[in-house]
This record gives sequence, structure tokens and C-alpha cells, in this order.
Amino acid sequence: MLEDKDRIFQNLYNDFGADLASAKQRGDWKDTKEICSKGREWIINEIKASELRGRGGAGFPTGLKWSFAPKEVGSRPHYLVINADESEPGTCKDRDILRFEPHKLIEGCLIASYAVNAHKCYIYIRGEYFNEGQKLQTAIDEAYKDGLLGKNSAGTDWELDIYIHYGAGAYICGEETALLESIEGKKGQPRLKPPFPALIGLYGCPTIINNVETISVVPTILKRGGKWFSSLGRPKNTGSKIYCISGNVNNPCNVEEEMGIPLKELIEKHAGGVIGGWDNLKAVIPGGSSMPLLPKETCETIKMDFDACVENKTGLGTAGIVVINKDQDIIKCMARIARFYKHESCGQCTPCREGSGWMWRMLERMAKGEATRDEVDMLLDVTKQIEGHTICAFGEGSSWPVQGLIRNFKDEIIERNKFDPIVKKQKDIPYLVDQHLLEKENAKT
Amino acid sequence: MAVKKISKVQPENFEFNKKNKETADSIIKNYPSGKQQSAVMALLYLAQKQNDNWIPLSAMKYIAKYLDMPYIKVYEVSTFYSMYNLTPVGKYFFQVCTTTPCMLRGAYNLVDVCKRKISEEENRLSEDGKTSWLEVECLGACVNAPMLQLNEDYYEDLDPTKLEEIIDKISNDEIPQPGSYRGRLSSEPENTRKTLIGNKNA
Repeated sequence: MLEDKDRIFQNLYNDFGADLASAKQRGDWKDTKEICSKGREWIINEIKASELRGRGGAGFPTGLKWSFAPKEVGSRPHYLVINADESEPGTCKDRDILRFEPHKLIEGCLIASYAVNAHKCYIYIRGEYFNEGQKLQTAIDEAYKDGLLGKNSAGTDWELDIYIHYGAGAYICGEETALLESIEGKKGQPRLKPPFPALIGLYGCPTIINNVETISVVPTILKRGGKWFSSLGRPKNTGSKIYCISGNVNNPCNVEEEMGIPLKELIEKHAGGVIGGWDNLKAVIPGGSSMPLLPKETCETIKMDFDACVENKTGLGTAGIVVINKDQDIIKCMARIARFYKHESCGQCTPCREGSGWMWRMLERMAKGEATRDEVDMLLDVTKQIEGHTICAFGEGSSWPVQGLIRNFKDEIIERNKFDPIVKKQKDIPYLVDQHLLEKENAKT
Repeated sequence: MAVKKISKVQPENFEFNKKNKETADSIIKNYPSGKQQSAVMALLYLAQKQNDNWIPLSAMKYIAKYLDMPYIKVYEVSTFYSMYNLTPVGKYFFQVCTTTPCMLRGAYNLVDVCKRKISEEENRLSEDGKTSWLEVECLGACVNAPMLQLNEDYYEDLDPTKLEEIIDKISNDEIPQPGSYRGRLSSEPENTRKTLIGNKNA
């Protein structure tokens, strides 16, 4: 277990208050000038040495991402964009950073902007986090007043302005190019990649986009050294991470822990155990709703880091752990997640727009026991048709949880839906037609 | 995609009041010159606040002129994002999160309370005309589930009885205290905190 002195977010539970004075007491804004005076190369190399991976879900190495920004500023200015559009079900870590540790984020913005040559930074906050945004704005105002932002930010001779841009309730705007579209005042529909935002991003200019948590840990890494950060966890999965444990546990909570902590320890020790005891555990979604669920057997042993999750056919994602116990109907839970994706699909690519609705409707019927035996394979086929056939990763995000359900609980679905099609001769109807929309009366003839 | 209905009753004119005009102008300055279109989301939100929590078509036209962009682009944006209400909603607008993490902890019991105490259907005004409710997708407070959003504030760790009390207060025009309804200050584990012990109640 991580020792308290190694926890980056000392104010995660708001024991001290989020204002500038108490943030400074916790060590924020200390040596910011010295860090920047060591130069861009040093900062990026130190982040590379720390092996920090993005905390927004994809786990892309942050140092590498920063090094993609053009070294010299050409005719187009550079931008830094912070992704605080936290909408993944099961995830609520960024909210606590915005509320309780805003100065870690702002200091991180300054260092990152310096490293990627950006003079302007936009923080994209989901619209529902209005109060959290106001708290961040207060912190930004404090920083301006104290000379930590503006013309000569914190004595670094670097000019930086930070602006908050509120979203308006679109999950897809957490996808980086959709987020850029949204800042530009358009519908949040993802762009084709390449070109990648590091070269052509916001307003066609080079743009680096990072998650709130990624940026907030940067100052501490640089102060304590990349070596310290990489000594936590295991190679390529280093450092600490805020885990959000929700669902059927006795004490749902956010907790900062070392990468690679066993899932069982997180649930038993920090979240007070599964409601009804460990044996009452049904499944766990380890990384926000987009990631395939894990059956109980895997939960006994799995360690929570990027690579260990991939080995177990799931992903760490945002580390939003949703615990589901045996009192719940697992098919219904997944049907609700499918409804979420149906609601949030941006509608740009057909496989996702149509497929997310199919998956939802099929799962709803399976939960009620109205589907047929064959439809389980059909559903799996639909997920495969969506996955990999869309512009952004939403296609994977919406089909993986369904695949996870079928992989682990196929028997249970078939048990509930074990009859043959009502009329066998109608089996030729391609499932492209929503069969359930056909009247049941008609189907009997 | 969410289905958005446009209100049949539309006011003819819309204009920002003086204060909102100043706010709008300062928001536009946050973006590079010539990129004023970026401010459209913030301006729509201002218009929504000014116009009793919903956006009429005239406001979209007004904003399009204000930002020198085509009306259809404003229309696109306001129909795309789910937080823009295009039909009148209650002065007190309950948005109950029912996505899986909240559902596991009984969000649908809250929905039942809303159905009973506010209105049978979503997005329909209560009898006193002050309140309406809506089922929404994840609001990002999963460890404080079940929760709901009332206008801009989060009400967390609820149960049906507590929600009934909240609705009763609202019908007397009293705004109940936002935050956790089980006495939690943040997202810390209740009673069993194992980390940052030295900081506790510093």
C-alpha cells in the first residue's frame, strides 16, 4: 500500500481547503520557476523517465505526447487543452481535483504550457460541473492576483492565460477531437485522425490535450523526480492513481493508490467490502463503463494497472471501478450501460449510431427473457460490426461491455432466453430489421 | 442521440439584458479574434438562464447575429447538446442520474418518488407549475450515488425519504442544502478511512 507521504493529492478529501494559501502550504507553486528554468527538454525527459501514462482512459505516454508538439512555434500559435469532460459512468476523480486541488491543476497547466510552447490554455469542463468550474475559476483568479498566471507567470517569464470552456452534457466531447470541435463552437463530432491534434488541432493549430489528473500530477513528479514516480508500481505502469470505487460496496469512495494494487484489496480494504460479503460478488467493471467486466474468479487475483488489465481482456480505462453483486441482474445492468451509449452516440458513423440502439434493445429483451437462443450470437456479431468501424473509440467503448457480458455470462443469458424463434421460417429476416418491432401477433402466424 | 423537441409556443423576440451582454462580450474575448463562434455554447447557456431555463428559437437567431454565424449552426449546437432545454422546464428542474453505478444503488427508487411527487411523466410540469424532472445519464458523482442535480447543485447520497423531504421543501420555495445527505464532506469512504489519516480534519 502506498504510504501517505507518497500520495500526490493530499487534499483529496478536502481536509485543508482548496484556496491558494493552503495549497502553497501543501507545496504547490514551490520551485515552479526553477523547474521551468531547467528547460523544455529537461521537463519532457523527466516526464518520459517517470513513465507517466495518460489518466484519461487510453493510457498514452504523456512525455511522448508532449514531444510531438513542434519544437519551434511557426506562424500558428500552440494550445494546451485540458480535458475535464469527465462523463464515463463510474468515474468521478477529476471532479475532486477541480474542487479540492485546483492549484495542482493550474500549476501543471503552466509547466505543460511551457513545455509545449503554448500561451493559451483552455480547460474544457462538462457543463454539469458548474459549481466545480466556479471553484476552479476562483482558483484561477487567485493565481492571476498572485502573479502566478498572466504576463510573467510565477516569475518564469512565460505568458500564460487559462480559460474555462463549459460543455453542455455530451459524453462524446471527452473524445479529444470532439472536444476541439466543441471548443470551436460546433457539434461535438470527432474528427478523422490523422492529422493528429499535436500538429493540427484547435483552430488548425498544434494542440496538446491532456486529462485533468495527468496534468495535476506533473508538478509533483518534477519536484520529486521522475525516478521517484517510476519507483511506484511496475515498469510501464508507474506511479499512483485515483481509483473510484462505486456500486454495491459498503463504503463507495475515491482513493489514491499505487498502480498495480490488487483489485480485491481496493474493494475489501478501502471500500469496506462488497455488500453481502465477498462471496456475494457477481462481477466488476474495472475501468469505467466502456471496459469489459470481470467475473469473480478474475477479481480475486487481478492487479489494477494498464497491462494487467489488458492481459485479462479488459482495460484500466479511467479506473472507475463499478462493483456488481449477486442481488443485481447483470443483464439489466449491461442493458442500462447500452442505453447510455445509445443516448450518447454522436450520430456521425452509422455502425455506432444504429448499432448502439440495436444492442440496447436486444439487451433489454434479453433481460426480460424475450429474446431467442440465436440472438445471443447475433448480438455478439453486432458488437463486432461496430468495433473498429467508427471514426473514434466510442464504437469500441459501446461494444466492449456487451462483449464482456457475453464472454462471461453467456450461459446465464441463454438460460433466460432459451427458446427457439417463435416462427422458425421467419429466421431469414436479416437482423438489420428490428425484429422485435414486428407485432408479436403477426409473428405467430 | 437524444431526441429534442422544439417548443410550439415561442416568444417573438429575445435580447440579452445589460448584465448578460457584458458577460457575453467578456466571454467572446476569451477566444482568438475571428473565432467568436467558440462562444456559442456559453451564450446559449446565458440565454437559457435569462429565459427561465429554456432556449427559444428567437434566442438562437439573436445569438447567431451576435456572433456573426449562420443560424443553422446555432440550431445544430443547441439541438446536439443535452443540457440545452428547448421547451420550458420547471423553475426547479430535477435531473436524476440513473446510469448503472447509480442504478445499482437504487436510483430508480428516486425516479418513483419523482413520478409520484412531481409528475407522472418526464419533462411535464408539476401541478403547481414550478417543478419538473428528467432522467439523465451519468452526472459524474458515482461514489456519492444515488444522486440528482437540482438546477446547478448536486444532491448526493439520497434515498427516497430524503428526496421526498427535498421536494416538499422545494414546493415551499425553500432551497434545501446541496451536497451529501448522509453527512459526507467529499468522496471519502464513510467511517473507514484508511488513507491520509494524519490530515483528517486538519
